[in-house]
Amino acid sequence: MNALLYVMLRRLRMPLIVLISVYAVSTLGLVLIPGVDDQGQPWRMDFFHAFYFVSFMGSTIGFGEVPYPFTPGQRMWTLVCIYATVIAWLYAIGSSLAILQDNGFLRLMRSRRFAQKVKALQEPFYLVCGYGTTGREVVLGLERRGIRSVVIDIRQERIDSVELEEWALPAYSLCADASLPDNLDMAGLRKSNCLGVLALTDRDNVNLAIAIASKLVMPQRLVISRSENQVTTANLASFGTDLVIDPFKEFADYLGLAVRHPHQHLVIDWLLNPDHRPLSSIYKHAKGRWVLCGYGRFGQALARAMAGDQTEITIIEPDAMRVEEGCDYVQGVGTEAVTLEAARVADAVGIIAGTPDDADNLSILMTARELNPKLTTVVRQNHAANRLMFDNSNADYVMQPGHTVAIQILAHLRTPLLGLFFERLRQMDEVWSHTLINRISDAVGDARVDSRSFIISDEQTPALAAAIRAGESVNLRALMKRPNDRTKDLECFALLHKREAEVQLTPGELLELKLGDELLFCGQYAHLKSQLWTLENHQTLSYVLTGQDDNPNPLLRWIRSFNA
Amino acid sequence: MNREKVIFAFFIVLALTLNVGFVVGDVDNPAHHEVLELFFAIVVSLVCTVLKFGDRSHLGALMLATSLVADLQLIAAGAIWGYYAHIAAAGMTGDAMASVVSFAAGALVANIISVVLLVIETVLVRR
Repeated sequence: MNALLYVMLRRLRMPLIVLISVYAVSTLGLVLIPGVDDQGQPWRMDFFHAFYFVSFMGSTIGFGEVPYPFTPGQRMWTLVCIYATVIAWLYAIGSSLAILQDNGFLRLMRSRRFAQKVKALQEPFYLVCGYGTTGREVVLGLERRGIRSVVIDIRQERIDSVELEEWALPAYSLCADASLPDNLDMAGLRKSNCLGVLALTDRDNVNLAIAIASKLVMPQRLVISRSENQVTTANLASFGTDLVIDPFKEFADYLGLAVRHPHQHLVIDWLLNPDHRPLSSIYKHAKGRWVLCGYGRFGQALARAMAGDQTEITIIEPDAMRVEEGCDYVQGVGTEAVTLEAARVADAVGIIAGTPDDADNLSILMTARELNPKLTTVVRQNHAANRLMFDNSNADYVMQPGHTVAIQILAHLRTPLLGLFFERLRQMDEVWSHTLINRISDAVGDARVDSRSFIISDEQTPALAAAIRAGESVNLRALMKRPNDRTKDLECFALLHKREAEVQLTPGELLELKLGDELLFCGQYAHLKSQLWTLENHQTLSYVLTGQDDNPNPLLRWIRSFNA
Repeated sequence: MNREKVIFAFFIVLALTLNVGFVVGDVDNPAHHEVLELFFAIVVSLVCTVLKFGDRSHLGALMLATSLVADLQLIAAGAIWGYYAHIAAAGMTGDAMASVVSFAAGALVANIISVVLLVIETVLVRR
């Protein structure tokens, strides 16, 4: 039997005992009290009639005094019984209703229903722990790609917000402590169709517990974890967590890149972000001094990132203890003109408002702009709810740590090779990045940049793998022709080619492909989709390679002419 | 001393003693069997059942099962009594009394098992 029934029975013990006792005493009383029959002879009610009478009296149906009219003594007892039974019933019904509304009982019922739903889940899904800004964005991104998520969060109001979303694939959610392995198990940790575990809570030790539990129970399962300090990051990496993201460091790197290597930054931004910034928005790097407001974890990570490039910075921070000796430092929040003037904002090239308080950040931005209208402004947005204000702030960059982490994770899940590509990209110079961004811009224009990576294998590219195995020579050029007209090119190109340990960026079109090669393509979504024809369909591939369409079916040819 | 345990044991033993009290006597002699005692036996047996609700242990499940059996047997005995006393034309004969008592005797066995289980549980706890 299930736990729910036990809880219910245990809570109903007292009301049931009261009910039984009241019925028993009432019945007994009627049996013991002397009465008279219709002949005026002394008569005593038997148990059969007494129970009959109590049954209809207790339920307030009331058939009258049977089988003979009562004596005053019997009536007095009946009076007592009426009130006693009604109260006993009210108590019993009230208690049952109270159980159904009891929080503990409801929680038990919810977790049971959740466990049943997860158990019945047949499709692949991700287990997302923590539904903050990052968690929500990741779940949303997965849902758009048709992948369901199972969400665990410790706060009920966040779980309520999951249930309010109107998604085609509603996420299954449970309010529970994700650091307890039992809860993870209930959320499908051990199910074979769980694609990965994403530990995105804002507590490092919880993320650590989730990652450890997942890696111990299912060593092969993908685990991505958020981590806010270096000790946890090292710890997470030590037992094979697949991707560890430090929001502060990641965000600082991202911002640092925007300032130091704008083209490189733009390449990354375009590939990561579905709604990317236009090419014209590129920041023209002016040499000079930057003012950094807020020197907490984020500010420190940012200062480290910028120090690598010998950029001069002035720090504004209210807590003098945080700042190392020898820095150019002004004490204060930065919201007042006095502090900003002390930080010589008038001859700085840019300002970064990076405090953990959104109102402070916007205030810094506005004051600084009054003092020096030519400043490049970067502002940190901490809460998603403040979007409207930041959209209207006219800042050059609005940075959201949660958002940065979310798009990184989504990109990693969608295109595993992107991480490797970015790593190599950082070693290239700005000129190379500039050429690349122009090439991407030529291919996609203002449309959305999409990317896809695949391995040449029977599972992922059946037609291509078969052709290569048959000894045909296929080069990269063939994959970039339109499946319905091989004289035209698809608006996409290869960013990276990986053969065993050998990695090549933007491989040449004449590169001959082999089984097991990994490729990363970028381009317009529709074009990457029609490229699938070449990869998966034998006839399309042979047409693209030889120009001969050997499919005899005219209907299919006609249909295919639309699919490009 | 645990008050809850006292009440629990009290009712279980009371169910057994009432049951014995009713069954003792010639099986077909109505004068040897008191209807009041059967009534109390039924009520106490029902209370016992409710007290056993919600115990998830194996022994608890077993005790609940014996209690349900006793309820069933006693209610059947009561129903038979009611039928012969008020509905059947022949009235309360020796045969009718015999069937009432035999049902109650069945319940007695269930109640004995219940008490044995109670003792076992107590022994287990002591260890």
